[in-house]
Amino acid sequence: MILAQTQTARRPVRLGLTLEHVLPKLVLAPSLVLALVCIYGYMAWTGYISLTPSSFLPMYELSGFEQYQRLLENDRWRVACFNLALFGGLFIGACLLVGVLLAILLDQRIRAEGALRTIYLYPMAISFIVTGTAWKWILNPSLGLEKLVHDFGFTSFEFSWLTDPDKAIYTLVMAAVWQSSGFVMAMFLAGLRGIDSSIIKAAQLDGASLPRIYWRIVLPCLRPVFFSAVMVLSHIAIKSFDLVTALTAGGPGYSTDLPALFMYAHAFTRGQMGLGAASAMMMLAGVLAILVPYLYSELRGKRHA
Amino acid sequence: MHKTRLTLALAGLIGCSVAAQAHAGEVEVLHWWTSGGEAKSAAVLADMLKARGHGWKDFAVAGGGGESAMTVLKTRAVAGTPPAAAQIKGLDIQEWAKLGFLTELDSVAAEENWDTTLPGVVTQVMKYNGHYVAVPVNVHRVNWLWINPKAFEKAGAQIPKNWTEFVAAAEKLQAAGIVPLAHGGQPWQDATVFEAIALEVLGVEDYRKAFVQHDAATLKGAKMVEALERFAEVRRFIDKDSAGRDWNLATGMLLRGEAGMQIMGDWAKGEISAAGLTPGKDILCVATPGTEGSFTFNIDSFAFFKLKNDTDKAAQQALASTILTPEFQEVFNLNKGSIPVRLDSDMSKFDSCAQDSMATFKSANEKGTLIPSWSHGLATTSQVQGALYDVLTKFFNDKKADAVATADLMARAVQSAQ
Repeated sequence: MILAQTQTARRPVRLGLTLEHVLPKLVLAPSLVLALVCIYGYMAWTGYISLTPSSFLPMYELSGFEQYQRLLENDRWRVACFNLALFGGLFIGACLLVGVLLAILLDQRIRAEGALRTIYLYPMAISFIVTGTAWKWILNPSLGLEKLVHDFGFTSFEFSWLTDPDKAIYTLVMAAVWQSSGFVMAMFLAGLRGIDSSIIKAAQLDGASLPRIYWRIVLPCLRPVFFSAVMVLSHIAIKSFDLVTALTAGGPGYSTDLPALFMYAHAFTRGQMGLGAASAMMMLAGVLAILVPYLYSELRGKRHA
Repeated sequence: MHKTRLTLALAGLIGCSVAAQAHAGEVEVLHWWTSGGEAKSAAVLADMLKARGHGWKDFAVAGGGGESAMTVLKTRAVAGTPPAAAQIKGLDIQEWAKLGFLTELDSVAAEENWDTTLPGVVTQVMKYNGHYVAVPVNVHRVNWLWINPKAFEKAGAQIPKNWTEFVAAAEKLQAAGIVPLAHGGQPWQDATVFEAIALEVLGVEDYRKAFVQHDAATLKGAKMVEALERFAEVRRFIDKDSAGRDWNLATGMLLRGEAGMQIMGDWAKGEISAAGLTPGKDILCVATPGTEGSFTFNIDSFAFFKLKNDTDKAAQQALASTILTPEFQEVFNLNKGSIPVRLDSDMSKFDSCAQDSMATFKSANEKGTLIPSWSHGLATTSQVQGALYDVLTKFFNDKKADAVATADLMARAVQSAQ
């Protein structure tokens, strides 16, 4: 209001000019403030809390790196981190593989492509909670797949990964890949359609085989798509919470615990806010450790090219 | 809005004519009694309070065994507008009191002789520095073993009185193709079973040392190792699909005769009655092996917050006294499956399991075998409880786990969480 008043006092020509300069900044300001406070502000606050002995309410006297020390001694945290690496690696790898394969196959000018594409993409529309619950039923030995095969008469069949502490983590990968690979497929399909067909025709004239064309020409052209797919998938993996909650709830025992689940349990249900904050900071550090070098190499590469 | 005001005013008027002391204040009560019988009980409490001339503002937060409610409560408390009372239990009461959020209820307590009508072990949980800051609603007994008599008959098993008999009965059930122990593989259920086993091995005194005083030597002692070894043996008495199963589904297995026994607190009675069976007759209730005469208690309670408004404060005190009236205690506990916390309660309307529970509650109080259940947060803070959950559930699910190393880990985990 004040700004508007002072501006009307000035000459109309100047007003138009200043407005042109000020308006974009003015429009961006609220979202900038929101981002600063709600993302970076709270990040800093969490960092501070991780250095305090906060129990179930925040406290503000510092206690050094005590919470981090506790965190690193905590077996459950180690399991959670190991699980994340395993889950994240397998999930991203499998999603890319399945996604690229589906995209290439769908790209062969086949019939009913639209319908097939929708079928593969559809799981993405479901929330992870639903996926988790459905897969929990499918994988439950006395309810789902195992029982079905038993009912067909093959009673020696056994598939009880969900209730096996050593294998339960792979059921998470299955459910997550089922849900997300269609999305990866869609990204690659869009990328494939964007490739200039004259390059491929030229290669065909030179006598290159189809697999060779894909491997040496098409996939390298899709490098930016890989980049965005990995970005999207890795953030799904790191923040993965709902899927684990619905599918295994971290169990059996805490064999499928993930850092996000660990953080939530300690900060909100066990009254160990300091420890929860410390684990959140460790998650942030982990993300940065992967993200920064990757972003750096990708973006620098582009500038040179 | 208008309508509720009117009802409140009306309730106030009626209240005034009944009770002379009434000045219509209002209490806001945070609870998570949102399902069937529990919601009914909350409504009864609201009605009784209205009859005394005070308003009731329901603040029910459903879900997650109170986790979401606690998150809301923290936000409200930090913002300086806490509700008048909130469902907080066990050692968490002490934590809230330590931070100075809770108000004293000493005058109501003195007026109504809480010190004599309630057992000392219970009032200890409700007091901070010798002042009442919370009011107990009910008493659950945790060390119950539920038995399906038909399954036992079929297998020719005897009701177990100690661990050896328990193993014998379990093996007979197994031979008859019945799952011996209905169990859900969730950390708190693992802990509930272990607590019962540990109580037999450790005895009341060492149980207190280990889980109430957190004595490291007892936590990693030879007896604890033995308890863990027995706990490991339980693995072969549960079915392989138990991982992640909810407790009520496990109770369902027991009711259908697919399983022979279940170790669970007396909230299991809700499931039994809902299935049209009578606790004590169709499903038997006995103390978990070797713990007869002992009583591990789990108490739901309301903690009372400091308020600014004087009329609301009066309403708050009225709420505290209403909760402990014999009438409310009876109605509430008949709905919930627990027993009244007052030692002078009339038990004639309750089922035989509840009567049995009350008898043990009284005798245990005299003998000093009334002990807080750590697996339900009555003996430890949520940090220590969580640390113990982690160690035990890991042990129970890992067939290669070593009992000696785990006992050691328990002692360290408890120390680090304190």
